[in-house]
Amino acid sequence: MAYPKLLPARLVATFVLAVATFAPSPAFAGPTLDKIRERGAVKVGVGTQPGFFSPDSSGRWQGFFVDIGRALAIAVFNDPDKVEFVSASPQQRLPALQSGEFDILLSGVTETITRALQLGFHFGPVVFYDGQGLLVPKKLGVTSGKDLDGATVCIQTGTTGELNISDFFRANKIAFKPVAIEDTREFIKAFEAGRCDVMTQDASDLGLKRALLKTPEDYVLLPERISKEPLAPAIRWGDDRWLEIVNWTVYALIQSEELGITSQNVDEKLASPDPSIRRFLGVDPSLGAATQLDPKFAYAIVKALGNYGEIFERNVGPATKIGFERGLNRPWTAGGLLYAPPFR
Amino acid sequence: MGGRRGFLVQAALLAATLALVALVAADVLQNMARAGLTPGFGFLGRPANFEIGESLIPYSASDSFARALLVGLLNTIMVAIAGCALATILGVTLGVARLSGNLLLKGLVQAYVEVVRNTPLLLQLFFWSATMHALPAPRRALMPVEGVFLTNRGVFFPWIAAEGGLAWTVLAGFTVAVATAGYAAFRRPRNARLLLSAAALLAAASLGAALFGDPGLSIDAPRLGTFNVSGGFGISPEFLALLAGLTVHSSAIISEVVRAGLQSVPEGQWEAAHSLGLSRGQALRLVVMPQALRVIVPLMISSYLDLTKNSSLAVAIGFPDLVSVISTSANQSGHAVETILIMVAAYLALNLSVSTVMNRYDAKLAARGFAAP
Ligand SMILES: N[C@@H](CCC(=O)N[C@@H](CS)C(=O)NCC(=O)O)C(=O)O
Repeated sequence: MAYPKLLPARLVATFVLAVATFAPSPAFAGPTLDKIRERGAVKVGVGTQPGFFSPDSSGRWQGFFVDIGRALAIAVFNDPDKVEFVSASPQQRLPALQSGEFDILLSGVTETITRALQLGFHFGPVVFYDGQGLLVPKKLGVTSGKDLDGATVCIQTGTTGELNISDFFRANKIAFKPVAIEDTREFIKAFEAGRCDVMTQDASDLGLKRALLKTPEDYVLLPERISKEPLAPAIRWGDDRWLEIVNWTVYALIQSEELGITSQNVDEKLASPDPSIRRFLGVDPSLGAATQLDPKFAYAIVKALGNYGEIFERNVGPATKIGFERGLNRPWTAGGLLYAPPFR
Repeated sequence: MGGRRGFLVQAALLAATLALVALVAADVLQNMARAGLTPGFGFLGRPANFEIGESLIPYSASDSFARALLVGLLNTIMVAIAGCALATILGVTLGVARLSGNLLLKGLVQAYVEVVRNTPLLLQLFFWSATMHALPAPRRALMPVEGVFLTNRGVFFPWIAAEGGLAWTVLAGFTVAVATAGYAAFRRPRNARLLLSAAALLAAASLGAALFGDPGLSIDAPRLGTFNVSGGFGISPEFLALLAGLTVHSSAIISEVVRAGLQSVPEGQWEAAHSLGLSRGQALRLVVMPQALRVIVPLMISSYLDLTKNSSLAVAIGFPDLVSVISTSANQSGHAVETILIMVAAYLALNLSVSTVMNRYDAKLAARGFAAP
């Protein structure tokens, strides 16, 4: 009698991964920063959508989140290319981060209390303030999410969007039919084929996906945002120093914009008499020793990549095909939410 | 191996396995505690807060995680049963056709088997999914027969709507009548006549009640709503795509199993059947197939198990099977390890029950004298 084969390899692999997730090796093989230095590169988990993260025709990664990954490589190695990008689906990426497949996740993940306390992740500063949106074909003639009673909604598994959408329809006492798909390309195809009336995800993500549709002009993003989606870098617990490097790298991008320092004028600014600029750019090296970072790390980041605003404009801003407005993602001095603590 | 020594070795193995399991479990728990995680199955009773696209039992987002997982499990069982049944019918037909004298038919079946076996199942699922999505939108639905809608939102057909106790009694009466008649007609028991008359009587009574008693029975025909087709009986494109993919994939393998089984029966059996005056069909059904089953059944078990496990690819094309619901639950609750343990246990139970049922059947064959020599 043939013995039954009990479990698919895929399930077993998932199980082993889950156990490995909590096994001592990754979390306690020494802090992530040691591993990064040993490897000589930062490993960054990303998605696959042009604008935020995608390899260009020569295979070099480009995008908003990719530039933040490069800024980290500059902070650690003073080299924007000492970084490896690994793409993972929304469903896979948090377990993959937990099991040590990358050092940081920069794939548009939302900071939530469950992810922080139940799954055990720390989040760096928010790099993109977003909210969940609803993308519909124009020909439906719908102007508000409240008109969607009875609609079929395409949602991507593993995202916060999968959870928010139920709340939204329940709160408005209307019904919907979910079609939950894991694979990003299959998700887009299903919507484009008319399987669903609505596609829901972070509004930014919908903007990126709309740009990938054959006829983007036939679709409209409804005005409401049904949730708060603060997108932030995520790392594992137990790496205090690594967390601070992530924090202050993001703050350096934000602070340089607030100070009016750009990739164009950063060299002139070295001669600035303003003590805060001198400290920030490392002309006055007093911040160097304590932080164990190159005192000129902020200078090097801005010189190579520009400030937050430049990174935004270059990858997803109004002048690009994607055309996002800055919205909340402006410095607080300009009415936005970007705010860096003092560099002192 | 000697009895006593064998026993000792077995006991030692068992102890070692248990120790290993305990070690891993302790390690996982310790590490979860160190990472600040709180393991436990208490979350199963809390509201799931997510909707599921299709369900065999009533379910809404305010139901518990446990119920959500049950919905996923039932969906997996549904597609596995339907898939096994269809794959068997298709596979046996193809396997028999492969051995027919017709060269064209033989070649076609062989080509089918090669194409299906040599492409990844996931790719086939994407193909079926794209095919379903290529159907027109509800407003321009294909209507092969009045009342039947073929759309990219699914296939819909009229169904009987029953309201109130009398309606269900009438439906139950009809079902029992049809089942009895079927049994009497095919199995031909000694009291077949009696059974047939009883069935006819029951059917007439049900019909009478339905016509004169106003039992609350009506035809629920699908119709166009604002966004979707509503009413009637609907089957989702995801289910159809998954079912088509699993059926086609397994039928190719089953057809090979059937072919091998039939070929294992000595040629002399065919000849003997012929000389008794049996037609080719009768020879196959009465003489060759029963002997081939002893080779076919054990291999069939592993095809059924494969199909059940392969159904876990559903998540890629959006069918809410167990794996899909497990993933969402893990994402929503944060209890990744616990949900994966549940998934492993559920698949284990599912596959063990499939193989138990099939092994019983195999044993029954053996008892009838058809066991492998
Ligand atoms: N913010 C949501 C959704 C995140 C999300 O889905 N992000 C997109 C990119 S913005 C993604 O990773 N898509 C998959 C891909 O790019 O392949 C969450 O954290 O769950």
